[in-house]
Amino acid sequence: MKPIIKLEDIHKTYQTGEVEVRAVRGVSLEIHQGEFVALMGASGSGKSTMMNILGCLDRPTRGKYFLDDIDVSQLNRDELADIRNQKIGFVFQGFNLLSRTSALENVELPMLYTRQRLNGESLRERAMQALETVGLGDRAGHSPNQLSGGQQQRVAIARALANRPALLLADEPTGNLDTRTSVEIMGVFQKLNEQGITIVMVTHELDVAQYTKRMIVMRDGRVVSDTPVARRLNAEDELRKVQQEQQAAQLAG
Amino acid sequence: MRYWAIIKIAFRALRRNKMRTILTMLGIIIGVGAVIAMVALGRAAKTQIQQRIAALGQNVVVVFSGSINRNGVFTGFGGAGTLTVEDALAIQNEVPNIAAVSPEVRTSAQIMAGENNWSTSITGESVDYLPIIRQWDLADGDTFTEADVRAAAKVCVLGKTTADKLFPDGGAVGQIIRIKNVPVKVLGVLTPKGVSMIGQDQDDTVIVPYTTGMKRFAGVTMLRTINVSVTSSDRVADVIDGMTQLLRQRHRIQAGRDDDFIIRNPQEYFATQNAATDTMTALLAGVATISLIVGGIGIMNIMLVSVTERTREIGIRMAVGARGRDILLQFLIEAVTLSSIGGILGILSGIGGAKMLTLIKQWPTQVSANSIILAFLFSAAVGIFFGFYPARKASRLDPIDALRYE
Repeated sequence: MKPIIKLEDIHKTYQTGEVEVRAVRGVSLEIHQGEFVALMGASGSGKSTMMNILGCLDRPTRGKYFLDDIDVSQLNRDELADIRNQKIGFVFQGFNLLSRTSALENVELPMLYTRQRLNGESLRERAMQALETVGLGDRAGHSPNQLSGGQQQRVAIARALANRPALLLADEPTGNLDTRTSVEIMGVFQKLNEQGITIVMVTHELDVAQYTKRMIVMRDGRVVSDTPVARRLNAEDELRKVQQEQQAAQLAG
Repeated sequence: MRYWAIIKIAFRALRRNKMRTILTMLGIIIGVGAVIAMVALGRAAKTQIQQRIAALGQNVVVVFSGSINRNGVFTGFGGAGTLTVEDALAIQNEVPNIAAVSPEVRTSAQIMAGENNWSTSITGESVDYLPIIRQWDLADGDTFTEADVRAAAKVCVLGKTTADKLFPDGGAVGQIIRIKNVPVKVLGVLTPKGVSMIGQDQDDTVIVPYTTGMKRFAGVTMLRTINVSVTSSDRVADVIDGMTQLLRQRHRIQAGRDDDFIIRNPQEYFATQNAATDTMTALLAGVATISLIVGGIGIMNIMLVSVTERTREIGIRMAVGARGRDILLQFLIEAVTLSSIGGILGILSGIGGAKMLTLIKQWPTQVSANSIILAFLFSAAVGIFFGFYPARKASRLDPIDALRYE
């Protein structure tokens, strides 16, 4: 299988005043189509910087980054914007939905910035499709403040899927969610991954990482371990367990 | 990105902060409204002056018999009696670019018509005076002819006021009136012309052939004035020069001596009045424009606040693939929408304000389509000008920082 992501000796150095911060110090790796990768590390390990580079929000100081066979390490702002629009779907910890804007319109957002013109109808249709994929077809008209955290994150996932990207990039997607909702969201990711969508997820929680297929751990700007997940959790099973636990707790209470 | 989508976003953003939007628009509304109302006021004043100029007649130049010095004693204007009918004919025949000439004599008399009587001025003029020099139409009947002039016929044309006083029930045409006991036939009645610039009722008059005026009523052989109509306004100076030369020659005035006549160009009086009105209009419009600019600064201020408030939104849009240009356009269109709606409301309030001025203060106003179009374009330009800086600021945000912004 061809690699979706190919990193060659990526470095990123920030200049903060007098101090030079070397956030990423030589990362090389390949991520193939259909993978589900957890990018882990403590804060300050460089995983957020890696996330920004992988998401084409930032450029590496040194090294080469091929995304879907395109060298994106030297592109300018506008070209990076187009790459983000076409190749990457973002899911953030804080959902980052537009407030007072319906779920459907939030999902339409990436399509508004697409260079090829879509007519209003097919745009709506695709947004609806994406919402149905995450199980929110019946909430299209709701605005984010009318939705629960889990539902908001589902809208965000639908938005990430809207332009059919090569890569889904999730930054602590369960950070603001309770256990049960977290498991639900991981279930959505697992299902999408089964459909062949490549997912890279940044997280610092090991139990969330257990739902992925491959775990990359970073420390001090370097990759220190890159292993397949041995005892992979299945979100459906876990959800059943959580429900049973909750029922037991209710009975006991 | 599609424009309708951007415009939709702009309207949504403006609706979200209704109070703020209205207050920001108010600056533009007041500015545009003031410009429209002030220009309307200025234009009306100018139109009034132009109407008065038009009432004078077409490019009229007036020759007065002038002051002469008899052994150190100066006579006043019109007192010398230096102009003759022959002078008038000479001007008509020898000076180029002249449309019409009318020798004028004037006297006043008590006029009687049956039971009614009325005191007014009797003016003797040529055939060309009414149709060419004054461009004064008849409401009823006819004017006198060349034959009447040659024969010093006992005929007249009445001004509207005089006709109303002598014939309250109408039907003046064809009647006989008595001027200084001379029976005179009324040939026609003039259309009303209103009050002149010096406050005279121009319709309170009787016009007779100048020959009739000289022989039968005024009893003079010299003329008081000669009215001259020039073919076009840019020939007026040439005609004045030509007449001066001709009259000096005819009156045998030696070089170095003063003229015994005065040539006046009445348009000159209005030129200064016109200039004063222009200055006034420019001043008022200037003040109004300043308030429009202040309104623009208000827009800039609110757009800067809006950009800061919506930093996160900008980050999200950039993350999903909005280019800097898309963001720039979004905020620019928002600013232009703000200022254009303000402009439209301002135009309406300006028209309303002008109407109010007319209604309450009785000041004439005249709203022109030009000033409306100009005001609208200007308010849109204010939006672009003052919206550009905040919009550019938004478009240059770093997506990572913008996403992290709390």
